[in-house]
Amino acid sequence: MTDILTADNLPAAAAAPEKRAGKLAALWSTRLLGVGFIVALLALWEIAAINAIFPPMSFPRMSAILSTWWQLIISGELLRELLPSLWRMFAGYFIGVVLGVGLGVLMGYFRFFYNLLEPITEVLRPIPSPAYLPIVILFLGIDDEMKIFMIAFASIFPVLLNTYNGVRSVDPIQVQTARTLGVSGRKLLTRIVLPASSPYIFTGMRISLAVALIVMVISEMVAASNGIGYFILSAQRGFKIRDMFAGVLTLAVLGYILNRLFLMIENRVLAWHYGYTQQRS
Amino acid sequence: MPMRESGQPVLRLRGLRKSFVAAGTTTIALNGIDLDIEPGSFVSIIGPSGCGKSTLLQIMAGLIAPTSGEVFFAEKRVEGPPADVLYVFQQYTRSLFPWKTVERNVGFGLENKGTMSRAQMAERTRELIALVKLTGFEGHYPWQLSGGMQQRVAIARALACRPAVLLMDEPFSAVDALTRAGLQELLRSLWRELNLTVIFVTHDVDEGIYLSTRVVALSRAPATVAMDVPIDLPSPRNQIATRAVPAYLDYRARLLAQLFAEEGLEPAEAA
Repeated sequence: MTDILTADNLPAAAAAPEKRAGKLAALWSTRLLGVGFIVALLALWEIAAINAIFPPMSFPRMSAILSTWWQLIISGELLRELLPSLWRMFAGYFIGVVLGVGLGVLMGYFRFFYNLLEPITEVLRPIPSPAYLPIVILFLGIDDEMKIFMIAFASIFPVLLNTYNGVRSVDPIQVQTARTLGVSGRKLLTRIVLPASSPYIFTGMRISLAVALIVMVISEMVAASNGIGYFILSAQRGFKIRDMFAGVLTLAVLGYILNRLFLMIENRVLAWHYGYTQQRS
Repeated sequence: MPMRESGQPVLRLRGLRKSFVAAGTTTIALNGIDLDIEPGSFVSIIGPSGCGKSTLLQIMAGLIAPTSGEVFFAEKRVEGPPADVLYVFQQYTRSLFPWKTVERNVGFGLENKGTMSRAQMAERTRELIALVKLTGFEGHYPWQLSGGMQQRVAIARALACRPAVLLMDEPFSAVDALTRAGLQELLRSLWRELNLTVIFVTHDVDEGIYLSTRVVALSRAPATVAMDVPIDLPSPRNQIATRAVPAYLDYRARLLAQLFAEEGLEPAEAA
């Protein structure tokens, strides 16, 4: 430890002087701060509900919500609703990612496909999914096909646009190097273009994952006989308000877990990329 | 080693012209280049900046097509990158594949050829990594290495394919002077051991003379061959002694005078 305080060592120095104060300061500077904030908000909720600040019918105590949630988990009811939702979501997401990468590569590679597909992409992309949901119901009914289509369709665009950008930004020197080393045609795509644009593709995939979750819930709320979206809406309609809140909490946890899992995979696959960009900046 | 008929040029350039059209105006870069490259020679190409040295090299590599004229490699007309001619780019940070380790970068060309077993490829890769003195760095990523080391990876990657001809575009211009001297020694020894033909583009007259058996000086664009100088210096060369040999100084004076004249520079301070 030096005695000189600079902008660089200031936080460390501030945390150092005494042991207990140091531990507290360390707590403040980690994610635990944010976790503590959530706990504090839940406690505030509990107090607000005890004091009936909102109508107790629609604003139950947090402790009651959590215990209902626990009941739903151990009875397996929540899982029964969650499994079909996850199946629809991943089926749609997978189709969307494959199509998004495929179309993005075509558009990035061939001027023809760019000119052909760019206008329609820009026309379709801004339409909010719920707006075309009724049309899709007309053609695909209200079963899984409809939901998978909805999810897939909405998942395409973030992946497509990012893949396109990634393919366009592949360094021509890498491509030429590969050509002199005997790579051409389809192999150029799989061996150079896709790995080189993978950081972009992953960005698109992460955005699409969030989109897929949203569209899954919406499509289940509009037309379904099971699934977490259906569960939340029918709980509200049946005045099972604690069930409704438990369903929303489930989605929060699901979204969090999915994002963490995605980041874990991304960090593994793109470890080279983070090192590379850090080195260059 | 690739088969070579002794005496026959390994590369023949005939009447090469290259022009670029940009914003409606046509710029002529190369204006009729004829060259025969002997097998086993080390030819440096020098010339004023922007004269089309790199363009010429890329045409030889089959990466770009000439506007007119022809390149023959081993008596066959070049219409795409020939397997036995490899190219080392100046920008090693951009030509190495950042998602591959040193080992996978060096083995890249071999994997594409698909003519070797996995064990043979591993053996060849190991051998080349040792040859460029990077043993111990197999698992590193390119960006974890210094500039000089990265360029050695690029050289090893090219040499792993056992090319007959190595085309190098100012490969050492982005590293510091000492690293550069080290890379020059490495390249000379690889050239001799592997019986390579090297064509080396540089803007540095000293580097060209020191490394080469022949220096070709291009004129300003539209470029033609302005001087073609066989370099007859004792071998093995020595960074300090060779550069003090009278013949070396004579080559240097002639080529610099040529370059200065092309650039329209006066070699002396104005009185």
